[in-house]
Amino acid sequence: MPDPVIFVENLVKRYGRTLAVDGIGFVVERGVTAALLGGNGAGKTTTLSILLGLLLPTSGRIHLFGEDVLRHRYRVLPRLNFSSPYVDLPHRLTVRQNLSIYARLYGVVGRKERIALLARDLQIEPLLDRPAGKLSSGQKTRVALAKALLNEPELLLLDEPTASLDPDTGDWVRSYLEEYRTRTGATILLASHNMAEVERLCSQIMMMKEGKIVDRGSPGELILRYGRTNLEEVFLHIARGARALEAVL
Amino acid sequence: MTSPAMRHAGEASFSPARVWAMLLRYLYILRSSWPRTIELLYWPTLQMLIWGFMSQFLRQNSSYIAQAFGVLLAAVMLWDLLFRSQLGLSISFLEEMWSRNLGQLFVTPLRPYEWLISLLAMSVIRVTIGIVPAALLAIPLYHYSIFDMGWALVAFLVVLMAMGWSLGLAICGGILRHGMGAESLAWTVIFALAPLSCIYYPVTTLPAWLQPVAWALPSTYVFEGMRTVMFEHTFRTDYFLSALGLDLIYLAVGALIFFIAFHDARRRGALLQMGE
Repeated sequence: MPDPVIFVENLVKRYGRTLAVDGIGFVVERGVTAALLGGNGAGKTTTLSILLGLLLPTSGRIHLFGEDVLRHRYRVLPRLNFSSPYVDLPHRLTVRQNLSIYARLYGVVGRKERIALLARDLQIEPLLDRPAGKLSSGQKTRVALAKALLNEPELLLLDEPTASLDPDTGDWVRSYLEEYRTRTGATILLASHNMAEVERLCSQIMMMKEGKIVDRGSPGELILRYGRTNLEEVFLHIARGARALEAVL
Repeated sequence: MTSPAMRHAGEASFSPARVWAMLLRYLYILRSSWPRTIELLYWPTLQMLIWGFMSQFLRQNSSYIAQAFGVLLAAVMLWDLLFRSQLGLSISFLEEMWSRNLGQLFVTPLRPYEWLISLLAMSVIRVTIGIVPAALLAIPLYHYSIFDMGWALVAFLVVLMAMGWSLGLAICGGILRHGMGAESLAWTVIFALAPLSCIYYPVTTLPAWLQPVAWALPSTYVFEGMRTVMFEHTFRTDYFLSALGLDLIYLAVGALIFFIAFHDARRRGALLQMGE
């Protein structure tokens, strides 16, 4: 059986006295879209940052594609990519210049063709010669997605992929991600607190609270387990406790 | 799926293509703002004009200066070269901080040392854009060419660039460690070394207790060596070698500070958070 794409065991991240990630473990198999779901400060972004190697864990094991990320980070980086609305591209460079530089950093063969293809797919052709700083939130998200797909990643890590987008653009991005995963067999891990998004895209959810994974399963399993009608109610149940939720509902 | 060629390229521990990509990025940034390019030229040219006219005045009133008219001009240009080499490195580094882009860069196969090489290359480009036009302008204006120093000039350039880089590396490390609050270090630290570098006066002018401190700076050997070349027409190899030795030590210390700060930024999660 092939190695899982993501294998995390006993992952701990401590900042002084604060425990940001508290001994979590999970596995994500190839071709799966999974989510780390939780409120602000639950440890989702911290976990993603550790997987990306941008943040060193206090302890724990992380293997991507069967490789120990802490020891062989550069063996896995060419095979993954990342997008977040909280990390920018240089504002004064045009979209084309930005994409071209990242394509060079990833060693993309046929750089111009790849950028043209992504620009067509993601409908950013008219934006290519505009400075990245002059784009709207929706346009920035599509450009960030183009950057994240330059190397045709086998693992795509997304932090709040549709944050601050209008419903139409948000839906478009979700459709594109579904299509990309189906077409390429890529694995996607997203950190989100958008329940509708997670319910639609993901077959595996890790519910996080205060640095721990407090429950996990498919959206259907979680909804059934908590006797709720949708994932948002499950989220509120976990975040606030059952009785507090009954009062809200 | 990620192609085998891309995986192979990404796994290579050094890639000139990645260094070139980063250099290209800084060139795009420089090209995108003509006021910044003008600013590169502005200060060295202004300095050269002020000190050039001052030298002309002194030549008519001082036998010392009359011996070597270019001494002040050469000193001001070499000092500016030191300042610009440090600033050139720090500014390119700060461009990444201002655009909150470190998180994007370091999830690519880019190695920190490849990034550093591109920063050093950009420093050379910025120095060239800033200093060469000023040096050329001095030729028709004052009939003085710093290039007359010949190979000695090359030696001085090497020593001063390396010193600027070592300072720049340490400053970038300080900014990585302390965030954008430490940004002003890029413009200020070097001036603390100016009095000790003995740019316009001999080391013997300093109090005896301060002279060993001055001799611990590579720049002091350059300015003393420059005066020897201009007044005595002698190139002091011993000065050059001492300065080069000190440079190697300071470069190693600067790189160590930078890499420790980079590792620490990964431990603290600062690569994702840093920015304006």
